[in-house]
Amino acid sequence: MDQRRILSVSAVTRYLKGLLEGDPLLGALWVRGELSNFKRHSSGHLYFTLKDETAQLKGIMFRSRADRIPFQPENGLSVLVYGYISVYERDGTYQLYAEGMEPDGRGSLQLAFDQLKAKLQAEGLFDECRKRPIPRLPRGIGIATSPTGAALRDMVKIARRRFPGVNLVIAPAFVQGEGAPASLIKALRDLNTLTDIDCIIVGRGGGSMEELWAFNDEGLARAIAASRLPVVSAVGHETDFTIADFVADLRAPTPSAAAELVVPDWSELRRRVNQARERLDYSLKQSWERRRRRYHELVGRPVLARPLDRIRQLYQTVDGLERRLNQHWTLRAQEASARLGALAGRLEALSPLAVLGRGYTVTKSYPGGRALTSIGQLAVGDWVEVIFRDGAAICRVTGTGGREEG
Amino acid sequence: MTKETMGAGNPECSFEEALERLEQIVKKLESETLTLSQAIELYEEGVRMSRLCARQLELAEGKIEKLLEKTDGSLARQPFEVD
Repeated sequence: MDQRRILSVSAVTRYLKGLLEGDPLLGALWVRGELSNFKRHSSGHLYFTLKDETAQLKGIMFRSRADRIPFQPENGLSVLVYGYISVYERDGTYQLYAEGMEPDGRGSLQLAFDQLKAKLQAEGLFDECRKRPIPRLPRGIGIATSPTGAALRDMVKIARRRFPGVNLVIAPAFVQGEGAPASLIKALRDLNTLTDIDCIIVGRGGGSMEELWAFNDEGLARAIAASRLPVVSAVGHETDFTIADFVADLRAPTPSAAAELVVPDWSELRRRVNQARERLDYSLKQSWERRRRRYHELVGRPVLARPLDRIRQLYQTVDGLERRLNQHWTLRAQEASARLGALAGRLEALSPLAVLGRGYTVTKSYPGGRALTSIGQLAVGDWVEVIFRDGAAICRVTGTGGREEG
Repeated sequence: MTKETMGAGNPECSFEEALERLEQIVKKLESETLTLSQAIELYEEGVRMSRLCARQLELAEGKIEKLLEKTDGSLARQPFEVD
């Protein structure tokens, strides 16, 4: 008879399992570690390994629990996991049956927010070029919000004050709690079917991060991005930023501010239109006035006012020139004749003939007519012509003699 | 694409397009040397735009309504009272 106590594999495993499950510490504990081998099974269960520098711990989280984690667990993420340790009999392994998980160092919601923000940003949903302008004068404005909230009351009040004729269509929605995202998405969709509104405000008044959480929903973010009409987000207070704010075409810091931004100031618009109209009338008047002045200026000019003047003026000029020309020539003639008289007088004074009048004669060779100035030019028997004032005599030289020089 | 969206159901151009055009026309008339016929043509367009703007400012009725889903799933509107 074998005295040894032999147990089946199952019995050992069951025994171990009983030991672990009976342990007060292992029955409910928090474990800190880094996620690795993370896998979300198609069943919705999460499988992972928690590890630190020297050890590893297998873990599982069933779907019912996994669905409540707002953020996306991923490898490398440092987490705190709550649960109990037990044995998975089939594999003979012990593991952590996780019931809760949160990021180590920051809140779950904050991590979820950061993750979704990074994801949508990477998809380009926040890009500036996607932002559509909000029309300056919307024919109607859709508001997706709680019909009983103070936020709606404020928005309506401000909208009416700015533009008494403003048309508003309110699509009631839950703005917090489980069903809020779906409710807001439906409100957006409904408003987008209307043809008499030009933009949509989606929002709610202030609250805690949990209360505003619906506006960080991925589905709502995508619905805003897909909206046919431009969307203005108006969530909480000025310091609250939600995913809806990033994806909206315009972020208003508060619901009241959204009403200020979207609803135009009627009297201001009226003034602008009137002013533009006045300037329009004035500028055309000015334009006409300028032309009228120019016309009068032109017809007032002499050439158009008395067209013959110019010709008369030309005649006058011609006459003047002619007169000046005549004067010029008369003067020149007088000058010439005076000069001629003077020259003639001087010429006369110099003329040898004038000397003859005083009793002198001129002797010239004959024939030849050369004036003789020396006795040496003559010989006895030569013929000479002696010229007197009033005539000449042909004479013959019968004798010559020199004159003693003094 | 935004312009089409804004102008949806609007027979003419939107208020802001009309206002912008009007202000543009005024600037042009004030600063540029135009022929008289150009000036008059612009002026007439400006008058049309200013009338369009003024009309649209008077158009809104000041309705405040709430959307309701009827039992057949279609949408209806009813006046919304705010205190």
